[in-house]
Amino acid sequence: MMGTIFDWLSGLLLVAGGFFVLVGGVGVIRMPDLYTRIHAASVTETLGTMLILTGLMLHSGWELATFKLLAILVFLLFTGPVSSYALGNTALLGGLKPELGEQDPPKEGRES
Amino acid sequence: MIALIGLITLTLVAVAAIATVMATNLFVASMWFGIFSLLMASNFFILDAADVALTEAAVGAGVSTVLFMGALALTGEKEAIRSRVSWFPMAVLGVLALALFVATFQQPMLGDPMAPVHQHVAPWYLEQTPKLINIPNVVTAILASFRGYDTLGEVIVIFTAGIGVLSVLSFKPKGRQSVSSEALAAKVRGVQHHSILRVVGKLVIPLLMLFALVVQFHGKYTPGGGFSAGALFAAAVMLYGILEGADRSAKAMPEKVMLRLAVFGATLYTSVGLVCMLLGGAFLDYNVLWPDPVVGQYFGILLVEFGVGLTVTTVLVMVFNAFANRPTY
Repeated sequence: MMGTIFDWLSGLLLVAGGFFVLVGGVGVIRMPDLYTRIHAASVTETLGTMLILTGLMLHSGWELATFKLLAILVFLLFTGPVSSYALGNTALLGGLKPELGEQDPPKEGRES
Repeated sequence: MIALIGLITLTLVAVAAIATVMATNLFVASMWFGIFSLLMASNFFILDAADVALTEAAVGAGVSTVLFMGALALTGEKEAIRSRVSWFPMAVLGVLALALFVATFQQPMLGDPMAPVHQHVAPWYLEQTPKLINIPNVVTAILASFRGYDTLGEVIVIFTAGIGVLSVLSFKPKGRQSVSSEALAAKVRGVQHHSILRVVGKLVIPLLMLFALVVQFHGKYTPGGGFSAGALFAAAVMLYGILEGADRSAKAMPEKVMLRLAVFGATLYTSVGLVCMLLGGAFLDYNVLWPDPVVGQYFGILLVEFGVGLTVTTVLVMVFNAFANRPTY
């Protein structure tokens, strides 16, 4: 009984993770400039991987593999956002201006 | 299922290869090259070659991408525009590609037990490794013991390549001043102004080194060994150099020490072989190192892999430093 609940739950998490990865992929293609694309990609990076890895952990049960997956998850949570930050920061320092909408005039001192 | 995944990754490999060639911006091309290596690593993993996959991921996707970046910082990232299509090399490549394509049909199917590669010496290795060496990872047994001569050759090749790169990059054009001491100073500083990168990078470095040590010394039981461990360790040191700048990196791993360690690693490998000869065995015949030949094999492989790891680490770090610290003229 317990096993089936975990199976369903892990299946649900995997599908949800797959959905967010897909959304991130669509976002990377559809978004207009680098910064919004990074934003879309980070959905894949954090939410997608978190859901998928949690789903896999539930699937594997109480085993060594679970801890390995947990280690991967922690590692990705540390490095993913940092690499997004590094990318965005380097682009900004390199002189790439973010595209701003017409109705939305750039405010002073706004972080991008 | 696994065949489907293999098909997808192989298609992506082809896409990455074409994209690498088509990219006119060299920075983009080297990024594509890193993706290519990562895909190849997953392909190797699908083929159950975990040792090769580990090395490919560490060297191909990690270290060599960083080295490309270092080289691009010296040259510039635009490819020279070539208007003329050179037909002769094109024709040669076309014929070669066609020949390879035809040859694939003659290949035995993937996993075919009757394939020549599974009939030649592989069964002997698989049978004798538990008896003669008694370690689970047959790849390590073949690499470090059965085919120890080849591995010695590889280590010497890496060592020689390192010396070659160092001597080319230390060349100084006569009578020319370095273009900008400012750019060099920026290189020396590294990314010290990025607090987030430094903090997280410093979290990653010890884990990376720990993983490298596991790969190095646990290589008899799990995938790994001196080559992959050396690449991982070098990656950790390079990361430190990128984060903290060349100054502190040179303080942590001085050039002189590294040069000596590189020599020591290669010498260690050779001297293990010579000690075997002194004890009455053949060159690199570890059986004589200990009364029990299996234990002798154990020590021999441990020492030899350590030598490999030392040389690979130090050569890679020295090559990286040579790129990173070279002024542009």
